[in-house]
Amino acid sequence: MPVLDTGQLYGVTGAILFSLGLYGTLRHRHLIRKILAVNVMGTGVFLVLVATRYGRGVPGAPDPVAQAMVLTGIVVAVSATAMAIAFTLRVHATTGSAHLPDADAEEPRP
Amino acid sequence: MSGPDVAAEAWLVWSVVVPFLAGSLAFLAGRRLRIAAALFGLAATPICTAAAVYTTHRLGPVRYRIGGWGAPLGIDWLADGLSMLLVGTTGLVLLLAGIHAVRSIRAPSGGEQKSGTDAQPTIAYFWPLYFFLWGSLNALFLSNDAFNLYVCLELLGFSSAALMAQAGREALTAAIRYLFVSLLGSLLYLLGVALLFGAHGTLDLQALRAVASSSDLAALALMTTGLLFKTALFPLHFWLPAAHANAPAPVSAALSGLVVKASFYLLVRLWAGPFAPLPTADAAAVLGTLGAAAIVWGSVQALRQRRLKMLIAYSTVAQLGYLFLLFPLGAPHGNLEAWTGGLYYAVSHALAKSALFLCAGCVVWAAGHDRLADLKGIARPLPVTMFAFALAGVTLLGIPPSGGFVGKWNLVSAAVRGGHWAYAVIIYGGGLLAAGYVFRVLAPSLLFQKSPAGLRKVPWPMEAAALTLAIAAVLLDFLADPIFAFLAIGRPFAAVTGGLP
Repeated sequence: MPVLDTGQLYGVTGAILFSLGLYGTLRHRHLIRKILAVNVMGTGVFLVLVATRYGRGVPGAPDPVAQAMVLTGIVVAVSATAMAIAFTLRVHATTGSAHLPDADAEEPRP
Repeated sequence: MSGPDVAAEAWLVWSVVVPFLAGSLAFLAGRRLRIAAALFGLAATPICTAAAVYTTHRLGPVRYRIGGWGAPLGIDWLADGLSMLLVGTTGLVLLLAGIHAVRSIRAPSGGEQKSGTDAQPTIAYFWPLYFFLWGSLNALFLSNDAFNLYVCLELLGFSSAALMAQAGREALTAAIRYLFVSLLGSLLYLLGVALLFGAHGTLDLQALRAVASSSDLAALALMTTGLLFKTALFPLHFWLPAAHANAPAPVSAALSGLVVKASFYLLVRLWAGPFAPLPTADAAAVLGTLGAAAIVWGSVQALRQRRLKMLIAYSTVAQLGYLFLLFPLGAPHGNLEAWTGGLYYAVSHALAKSALFLCAGCVVWAAGHDRLADLKGIARPLPVTMFAFALAGVTLLGIPPSGGFVGKWNLVSAAVRGGHWAYAVIIYGGGLLAAGYVFRVLAPSLLFQKSPAGLRKVPWPMEAAALTLAIAAVLLDFLADPIFAFLAIGRPFAAVTGGLP
């Protein structure tokens, strides 16, 4: 008998992905890395969402309501990614770099 | 369904559909017709909002099942006193900020690359984004479904970020930082929703309240943390000053007045709803302590700023602190006064803060900048603007007659009754600090005889919009009783104040 059943396995994987993404989002200054990290975080949430309902709505199968929510979540994630990339292109066009500038650089303007 | 209920539901639907419709029309319309779509939205949305608020007042709370599905499978809206008070506030603030924007925001003309001036920034797709912001706010206040609320939060975050990104380089940086904070907050919230849904198989907030237990503390922690990021509670406020100060004035008014209140509203909704049965006294104490720290830190920072809009933005950090005092003051003793007082304070701050940002917009329009050192004597050429600034400042100070006075009075009264003397001291001490930063702007603007040279004339609708909001913030004092009666519709706080099992 396996240590974890299917639902638990996906749930734990989702939690690990979420934590990795969270670390990446906070740690990296490069905008593309940040965007990737947020997407990893989102994927983790989606896995948890499906996994915690595994076999609960329909026995032995994923819950269709959870799947519908994940589909909606993916649409939101795609829009967020598109928007973040558009912003990144703008930053690159104006500063020549795709890094998030320092916080204190935008304090008082001379 | 009986006749009056259908009428009430219709107005609720229109108050969400009309702004999205106006936004889509403005997006599709050409340059000439865009302003027509904007004027349509500015006229029609407040009418629908007012009608929805009025029917709630007349007929009581309404539960609307979208598409007739009903929870648990479908999404339900709930229009009670709490949600409709915020829908009404949104209508008033965005109507007046919109009137300001008709003059102060320029649409890009063909082939233009330059992003306008500081005084009149060029914002591509301003009106579509503005109405999407409006629609998502209304949808968020009405929704009673945890996942649908996530979608509303994201819509709100996207339209806010796009609106703030276009006013120059600082604004772009601030908007990116805001977008990531907003996404982080939403995903933390969504993870909490996933845990709740996994445990209970329902997303309806009222159904969740019946089944929530102390095993949901992880969900509570995740959802609360996510929403704190979005509400910019100290020390998570780091993104707010730059984002709110660098946006164009009508956008700043919407962001500082309403958008941060939306995630705060959701926190209140959750703590007074699904999480009411949970043991949250310690967590509430943490929120209260952070709120107190925000009042002190935000006010001190506001005193140190050299730019008018930065000063107003830091004042938002401080004023948001007051709102979080309602959790420790309202949770353990089930003190209704703290909950209604906190919400009332949120409304009065929404009006006053948006008035302040619109005033700042008029000042930037006239002078071309907002450096405090070069604005001495500005009250002489701009008497209406600075009079509105003073009126809105009165509400921040919390002296009568103003909405801020009643809100603070309720919070202090709840603090004294609960034996929280430290909070009472902080609430009034924060008022003194607010007096410091309000007079830091007002005194030099009034005392100096010589006013800055080369000022541009401010169009009267911009000043009138700011003045109307400031007057509304003061008038709120006289409407306190009707507002408290309105907040009681549907008894949104019954679960925390002992009215429900």
